[in-house]
Amino acid sequence: MTMPSINKASALLILGFVGLVCGPLVLSGFEMSLLGQFLALAILAIGLDVIWGYTGILSLGQSVFFGLGGYVMAMYLEASSLQPGQVPDFMSWSGVTQLPLVWQLARHFPLTIALVIGVPWIVAFGLGFLIFRSRIKGVYFSILTQALAVVAATLAVNRQNFTGGSSGLTGFTQIAGASLYAHATQVALYEVSLLALGVAYLLAWRLCHSPFGRVLVAVRDGETRLRFFGYDPAAFKTFVFAFAAVLAGISGALFVPQNGIIAPAQLGVAPAIEMVIWVAIGGRGTIVGAVVGTLFVNYAKFYLSNHYPNAWLYFVGGLFVLVVLVMPEGLAGISRRVLKHFRSPEARSHDQGTEPA
Amino acid sequence: MTKGRSLLEVSGVSVSFNGHRALDNLSFVMYEGELAVIIGPNGAGKTTLLDIVSGRTAADEGTVVFDGRAITGMADFRIARLGIARKFQTPSVFPGLTVGDNLVLAGRRQRGVWATLVRGLRDSNQAHYDSILERIGLAHRRDTLAGTLAHGEKQWLEIGMVLAGRPRLMLIDEPIAGMTAQEATKTAELLREIAQDCSVLVVEHDMDFVKTIADRVSVFHQGRLLIEGSFDRVSHDPHVREIYLGPEPAHA
Amino acid sequence: MDGAIFVSQLFNGLSSASILLLMALGLAIIFGLMGVINMAHGEIMTAGAYTAYIVEGAVTHWAPALSTYAFLAALPLSFLVAAVLGLIVELTVIRHLYGRPLETLLATWGVSLIMQQGFRSIFGSNNVSVTTPTWLRSAWHVTTNLDLPYVRIFILVFAAVVVGGVFAYLYRTRSGLEIRAVMQNRDMAACLGVATRKIDALTFALGCGLAGLAGCALALIGPIGPTTGQAYIVDSFMVVVTGGVGKVIGAVVGAFAIGELQSTFEFFTSATAGKVLIFVLIIIFLNIRPAGIFPSRSRSLD
Repeated sequence: MTMPSINKASALLILGFVGLVCGPLVLSGFEMSLLGQFLALAILAIGLDVIWGYTGILSLGQSVFFGLGGYVMAMYLEASSLQPGQVPDFMSWSGVTQLPLVWQLARHFPLTIALVIGVPWIVAFGLGFLIFRSRIKGVYFSILTQALAVVAATLAVNRQNFTGGSSGLTGFTQIAGASLYAHATQVALYEVSLLALGVAYLLAWRLCHSPFGRVLVAVRDGETRLRFFGYDPAAFKTFVFAFAAVLAGISGALFVPQNGIIAPAQLGVAPAIEMVIWVAIGGRGTIVGAVVGTLFVNYAKFYLSNHYPNAWLYFVGGLFVLVVLVMPEGLAGISRRVLKHFRSPEARSHDQGTEPA
Repeated sequence: MTKGRSLLEVSGVSVSFNGHRALDNLSFVMYEGELAVIIGPNGAGKTTLLDIVSGRTAADEGTVVFDGRAITGMADFRIARLGIARKFQTPSVFPGLTVGDNLVLAGRRQRGVWATLVRGLRDSNQAHYDSILERIGLAHRRDTLAGTLAHGEKQWLEIGMVLAGRPRLMLIDEPIAGMTAQEATKTAELLREIAQDCSVLVVEHDMDFVKTIADRVSVFHQGRLLIEGSFDRVSHDPHVREIYLGPEPAHA
Repeated sequence: MDGAIFVSQLFNGLSSASILLLMALGLAIIFGLMGVINMAHGEIMTAGAYTAYIVEGAVTHWAPALSTYAFLAALPLSFLVAAVLGLIVELTVIRHLYGRPLETLLATWGVSLIMQQGFRSIFGSNNVSVTTPTWLRSAWHVTTNLDLPYVRIFILVFAAVVVGGVFAYLYRTRSGLEIRAVMQNRDMAACLGVATRKIDALTFALGCGLAGLAGCALALIGPIGPTTGQAYIVDSFMVVVTGGVGKVIGAVVGAFAIGELQSTFEFFTSATAGKVLIFVLIIIFLNIRPAGIFPSRSRSLD
């Protein structure tokens, strides 16, 4: 791409960002909260795009890291409104009188944030280390992460004393001393989600446009070959998998206070694969595509499951088939093609050399 | 034949796959600044030797010493960092990166996760890459995606990538397979040029090509080193003709 | 006393392993041959189970005297229904995605969602169940404490027969030979005149038919619902990965190893701990043998 067009693209992005910042001025409380949730989800999509679109690792377990961040935040929301020595209702019903350790930690806001980032990081790093070191890749990796999602969902259901079982954690009232029902709190959550999304975007962009990003593409295109140039693909994959997991954790932590509930159903295989479709629709390998795809699919889901509850699965199922068969580059690919029509032939031929994927 | 001190010493290496002995107590030495070629029928263990040296396959027995340092059992990417570069038979450039990025990726000295994250995109070694681009004749295609190059261009790019890392030993598997005669001639020139700076070990079938480039030819047969020496000496050896050149004496 | 419970637990594990095996067998062949990850395999199985349900209902309605044998008619029909469904999926979706395993995974997941909602529209959200035929209702009293239900014995024998049949087909027939040829070297087989496209479609249908049989067997021991298949798909893939891709024998050993370990862990700990332990074991196992129990060797790069 030529310099002017980079500026044009960034100008468009900044404009979009500013527009979103002003969202609370024009949107109703409900609309704003909904958009805030989707912005939080888009953070996860950015991470997924970095590992899938750029590095070629298809994780079907991002819901697990989302859930880890979400549960930690939910524990904070629940625990911080308890009196000292008190335990949540579901614990006292099953005879637990003392708060478990993680719950104790989650009573403090700074520690909660550390856990939201640290727990997904440790889990992903450990798992990535084991899996990538043994050179498991491609669909094998996808299948293993899928099994991880099954295990996590099962654990969340059955460790009832710890997680609240299949109904999950809900009924939160306050965050950092402010009421969750207050409009100001909701605006704050929205803006924080947007800010986090912006930061995630810049981080991911920097990552993918550094030598590190070139190595990621090389991992995707020829991992074995790369080893003989002196790079250790396992180290890069572990790092980037952990990076995506942290983004997913943050996404979950921002989603839960706005959505009001976290439950095992959000950790399973089905939501994990749905996350992949957000990125696929937007166009993998373009970070902005992941964000747009997330907003698009989630709005469609919200609209359809409210108006035509039976049609939602048909729609999303059809979407999967359609995207894979006829628009493998997603919305980004389509808009790129449309844009080309407005460009000079000279720019068109030059463009060929710099597409990321 | 010895040009300098020995750079690579393979001693008593054996390796088996599914009971088949691919290398059988094989010993092989390479000297600094030498261009050696291995020939031999299919299944003689030529590529397996490259696999052992580059760390792709672990030896069952024996040792490999590179520049006075034992590299037996070392991870492949660590061996590569010591200066042993490998070019595979099929062109395997990174199609999603530009020609220039392919070179920079291959030539970078910092190859760890943190180093690639923190250091900037442009390498200070730009002149080095420019000279390689000139040498492989791809200077005008620096910003082209490598995936869109022609077959021969990909082969040269890959040789350029191997060069970019300033290796001390290059392992090259069938460099002219699938090339036109013209491309093969250019490749032969390129290899002779490269051999002035580093040692080159080539596996090749094409006898005319071998004759043009080799300082020394080693004949492998059933996982063993049968004979080695100059091309003329080897090609006139009756035993070699019998097992390998047998049906085509015209080459001599 | 405990010993008897443990043995019967192991035996139950054996029959769940049999169903897992029938599922994984189809997946392993399909993946080995075409590199296709069929996420709709679970729903294909469910379709087989619903077929058993429909056949039973139809026979009970029109020929009540024969209703206890309805199941025997359901077996071939569920194979057929599943195979035809598989063929449709192959022709409409899979065909266009060769050599792109991750894409087939996503597309077939879409198919599975559509099928799930289809089941819900046709059969309702609630589970349905098939009456166990009277001749399978009692049990073999091994000792006073140990009863082995006939149903489960039947499933075990049935799975053994099917596996035997698949082996015989792959290793004793002309088209079985062609399937193995394509599996080992697609291009070479095509050069030798094997109609690879036809073989692909045939194999996909066969694999799906096996899933249909699994569903039919499953209907004997449990209720069937629109999401029944979801519970099996991930486990089946774990079997394929553990066993070694494209290996029939791998699927057999993998299914029984995982099925039995699961029931053993469940016996000593809990179902959840069992799942976690299995997962950890598989990860550790793959660190030691990345290509599974029976790896297929290849020298190619990547």
